[in-house]
Amino acid sequence: MQPTLLSLKNMDVFYGRIHAVRRATLHVRQGEIVALIGGNGAGKTTMLCTISGLIRPGQGSILFEDTDLAHRSPEQIVRAGISHVPEGRLVFSPLSVEDNLRLGAYTRSRFRQRASIAEDLEIMFTMFPVLRERRTQAAGTLSGGEQQMLAIGRALMARPRLLLLDEPGMGLAPLVVKDIFRHIVELRDRLGLTVLLVEQNARSALKIADRGYVLENGRVILQGTADELLANRDVQRAYLGRELEE
Amino acid sequence: MCNGLILVGNWKNRGGKMYWQSEYECMERGELELLQLERLQATLNRVARNVPLYRKRFAELGIDPYDVQSLEDVKRLPFTTKDDLRQNYPYGLFAVPLRDVVRMQASTGTTGKPTVVGYTSGDVRRWSELAARILTAGGVTKDDAVQIAFNYGLFTGAFGVHSGAELIGASVIPSSGGDPRRQISIMQDYRTTALVCTPSYALHLADTLDELDINKTALSLRFGLFGSEPWTEETRQEIETRLGIQATDNYGLSEITGVAGECLERAGLHINEDHFLAEIVDPQTGEVLPAGAKGELVLTTLTKEAFPLIRFRTGDLTTLIDAPCACGRTLRRMTRIPGRSDDMLIIHGVNVFPAQIEAVISGTGLTDPHYQIVLDRVGHMDLATIMLEAPESFCTDSIKISQRIVENVRIRLQTELGVAFEVRLVEPRTIERNNGGRIVDRRKM
Repeated sequence: MQPTLLSLKNMDVFYGRIHAVRRATLHVRQGEIVALIGGNGAGKTTMLCTISGLIRPGQGSILFEDTDLAHRSPEQIVRAGISHVPEGRLVFSPLSVEDNLRLGAYTRSRFRQRASIAEDLEIMFTMFPVLRERRTQAAGTLSGGEQQMLAIGRALMARPRLLLLDEPGMGLAPLVVKDIFRHIVELRDRLGLTVLLVEQNARSALKIADRGYVLENGRVILQGTADELLANRDVQRAYLGRELEE
Repeated sequence: MCNGLILVGNWKNRGGKMYWQSEYECMERGELELLQLERLQATLNRVARNVPLYRKRFAELGIDPYDVQSLEDVKRLPFTTKDDLRQNYPYGLFAVPLRDVVRMQASTGTTGKPTVVGYTSGDVRRWSELAARILTAGGVTKDDAVQIAFNYGLFTGAFGVHSGAELIGASVIPSSGGDPRRQISIMQDYRTTALVCTPSYALHLADTLDELDINKTALSLRFGLFGSEPWTEETRQEIETRLGIQATDNYGLSEITGVAGECLERAGLHINEDHFLAEIVDPQTGEVLPAGAKGELVLTTLTKEAFPLIRFRTGDLTTLIDAPCACGRTLRRMTRIPGRSDDMLIIHGVNVFPAQIEAVISGTGLTDPHYQIVLDRVGHMDLATIMLEAPESFCTDSIKISQRIVENVRIRLQTELGVAFEVRLVEPRTIERNNGGRIVDRRKM
């Protein structure tokens, strides 16, 4: 079994007076794809934002290997090896595809890593050939699926070990979603990347995930292997849109 | 971590596996405890949402699952007792709708009402995995022919081992209970290599072998996995010698299945701690006892979906062993169960409470019956006899009436408790009236 890369223990997060995440305890092992599933407002996005330092946890610890990230800045967290692909992709629309990718390597630029950045750019273009085609085009002109690939590519440019993916399939056509998810598996298999994935589309997420956690009102109510969760009737009813009478 | 190089006995030659799920059985303790906490918190969130008893009790005591931040905090939660199960008969404690339940098993309860335990498909699958672990630890591999001589029925025993053995890939022989001669001829003809039954039944089989004048070397048996009643080291030695096998103990309850099993070191039962949180408490005060103390085993299920139980009082007395085991498993062990903290009797592997017997006898229309429960061991099998005192007004000379009473009590005990009793009517005022003498257990443990 691979060592644990990320572990949250009793993590509490408040949004103003809303208690968004209630004592979440979970772990992600190296090389795993772990899915967080749950309805709207269950606290999934909040959880990712807390890990990447965009929101401060109220209480609890976030261990990345042996470092406690709970009081680190987002910048330090990126440097530690965690990249976040935000919900809605948030590419820099007026900038070109290449500039978007280069910005992803921002934390590396001061270490005179020009050559290695160029190398990584090449890897991204190989992995996502459509980005090479659109290299000089403004990111805002790309389709939704292309923007998602760009957002993932941008996150990878920081050379993370853990990728946080927030709703990568949102608003995309089913075939495009399938393609994106295929890429996620490839990232793990080829680059040894660890992935923590938030997804409304629980079925697609659990199909590629090793394990998953089900959140409800900020609480983890179920955890297990992806197979176990897919077979769980509660999960089927609530998140897979399947009724028994079907 | 697991050291795959430790090979015990003839494992290597048999191409056997040391562990069934080494990633859990040999998990580093810190990681295991974090996993336990994750699962405990999720279980508490589910029972607080789905099970009225827990929702109500937590509210009364002002407990929010949210307050459980560490494994220690479990101490602050209330116990669940057999009485709670009885009061919520049949489905009151289910944490999922009935349509999600794919299997029901039952146990006897304290007053004649059994406890119904439901399993989701996930529960059944995990139960099989745990049984596969216990079987693997006891030496069973895919090359074995496993004869399961537990009764198949509502009472839980047989099914877990059955599916666990199938999961391993062993050849399963569901011989169920019954005539020992039939068991032995199956054992010879099918060349059974592993036997699963109660320890007393194993000895009964050994006696039958002697009667039939069959030498143990004529059998292919190598391993025996015995459970569902307490037994001693002496019994183990006797079974091992007489059947020519390595015998291991395993432990589960009808309420909570797949709890623990011995490895071939035979020095305590490894608790499947990634699925169960074990505590030892003082049976009187309920206070949690320090490591190494002997007390009542209390279990919290960590992965059960249909029938989760929080701090269930098992009534079984044991000690937890912290020291690492030579087999390489990091799962803590419990010592073999030497006894119980309550008055439960185990007869033919079935749990029976004296109150159940009382309820049956009272139900037969006898006024203020005096009786005595006498337990003997004939050969290696339990013989349970009820000595029933005839009422004074009653003329015992009337053979017909007395036979009818005896027959009536006997049949009701059999149908309601699932155990065969001998019933004897004795003269009025011949049974001692002190309370301690109501049960006479002459079986030697």
